[in-house]
Amino acid sequence: MILAVKDLNVAYGNILALHGVSFDVEEGEIVTLIGANGAGKSTSLRAISGLVRARGGKIMYHSQEITRTTAHNIVRMGIGHVPEGRKIFANLTVAENLEMGAYTRRDGLEAAFERVFKSFPRLKERLKQNAGTLSGGEQQMLAMGRALMATPKLLLLDEPSMGLSPILVQEIFSIIQEINRQGMTVLLVEQNAYMALQVATRAYVLETGRIVLSGTAAELRENPQVRAAYLGRAV
Amino acid sequence: MTEAVNQILNGLQLGLVYALIALGYTMVYGIIRLINFAHGDVFMVGAFVAFFSTSSWHLPFVVAVPLSMVICAVLGVVIERLAYRPLRYAARIAALISAIGVSLLLEYGSSLKWVFGPNYRVVPRPFNVTQWSFRGVQVSNIQVIVLLTVIVLLAALQYMVTRTRMGKAMRAVSFDHDAARLMGINVDAIISYTFALGSALAAAGGVLYSVAYPQINPFMGIMPGLKAFTAAVLGGIGSIPGAMLGALIMGEVDVLSAAYLSSRLRDVFSFSILILVLLTKPSGLLGKSGPEKV
Repeated sequence: MILAVKDLNVAYGNILALHGVSFDVEEGEIVTLIGANGAGKSTSLRAISGLVRARGGKIMYHSQEITRTTAHNIVRMGIGHVPEGRKIFANLTVAENLEMGAYTRRDGLEAAFERVFKSFPRLKERLKQNAGTLSGGEQQMLAMGRALMATPKLLLLDEPSMGLSPILVQEIFSIIQEINRQGMTVLLVEQNAYMALQVATRAYVLETGRIVLSGTAAELRENPQVRAAYLGRAV
Repeated sequence: MTEAVNQILNGLQLGLVYALIALGYTMVYGIIRLINFAHGDVFMVGAFVAFFSTSSWHLPFVVAVPLSMVICAVLGVVIERLAYRPLRYAARIAALISAIGVSLLLEYGSSLKWVFGPNYRVVPRPFNVTQWSFRGVQVSNIQVIVLLTVIVLLAALQYMVTRTRMGKAMRAVSFDHDAARLMGINVDAIISYTFALGSALAAAGGVLYSVAYPQINPFMGIMPGLKAFTAAVLGGIGSIPGAMLGALIMGEVDVLSAAYLSSRLRDVFSFSILILVLLTKPSGLLGKSGPEKV
């Protein structure tokens, strides 16, 4: 098991955002957390990568506890995180953004660039451009490419479809599948449950900070509750 | 006419010193959104360290300058660690008050007999002053040394910020702390590095200032500190080129208003600029849309 989250509690001030959330990810899988706005999806990812501290519970990565590990060391251990809203460095060029993604690398920079250009050829044309001038789709590609520069073993993706046109969403999701086929384990957070359940192996449904359902993606696609609440279809 | 040229050259010299201080304000602001009001006092400590290392320990001037920069770099890191880091996630006003506290501590702490002492001290010239005259325009070797030192330091800074891994990490942190953490950047280390860099530049500014205006005391950092802060705001706080530009303007305003308007009202003119900028263009000349935001 590459990642195991057990009874995770996270609070912002006095407001509990996660109430004992447990889930796990096997090597090679695409696991998705789906749920409405404010259900605690992003918070789960932020806790895994150390951006917020867990108030209780345990996060295990490759059977090593990382619950209290600092964010920059978690990156070094091989967890990449593409944050909500992309958070690309708009004041840096595309090339510099990618270099920042490789901040923890000591070697293999060239090869890392080549791999990223293979997945996102459009970034290569824009290397010298300020990242703030990219379109939304390109920014998403840059954010993903930047995370891949460190060659993580586990990639956390937070709402990659946000604000993108349907065609771009298709494109981004096929890239996610492609990266996964090359061996990357992915933990995907999505509001677009339809797309997420298309590509995922397994899924968990979060509601107000609790896991209410889990199963294989195929099972959840057929689940009447999921269909009604998240796929927008009649039961 | 030659008189005017002379005054402009004097303004340039002062502006270059202001630039060294203003950069520290602007870099620290860029990275943690804090006005480090103790920064002018680091400048003072820089001047004193160089004074004691040349006059008491008889070190050569070329050793005294880097020594002073290193000591102030450490001082800056310690200040951040003790006075600002514990307040990183507190209300912003808390860190600001802490900065004023550190400023007072440095000023009155330095005034103690067994630290620097409360008296004015005359700084002996580290080298003989030579004046050259070109058709009435006076240029001294001090002005040349100030100009060359500042150019070298600014070029080094520009290189570090735009080309090195640390510099790029600084710019990433200034943009977004969390996003920088996700790159594996140790944000605390980058903040320390920024304080070290800014304080070292302020120390160099202190040494040059004490060579050009050879009298120092524990409160000497207040006025240049405020002027440099004004320069940083004028240029657009958070912007490195803005701080340089703002400092050069402030130096000229300072000297020219003293020479041609009223020497007693020089500070009025300088600080009126601050008020005008805040009223008309709070983001400063090169702020926000500036190319390099640190």
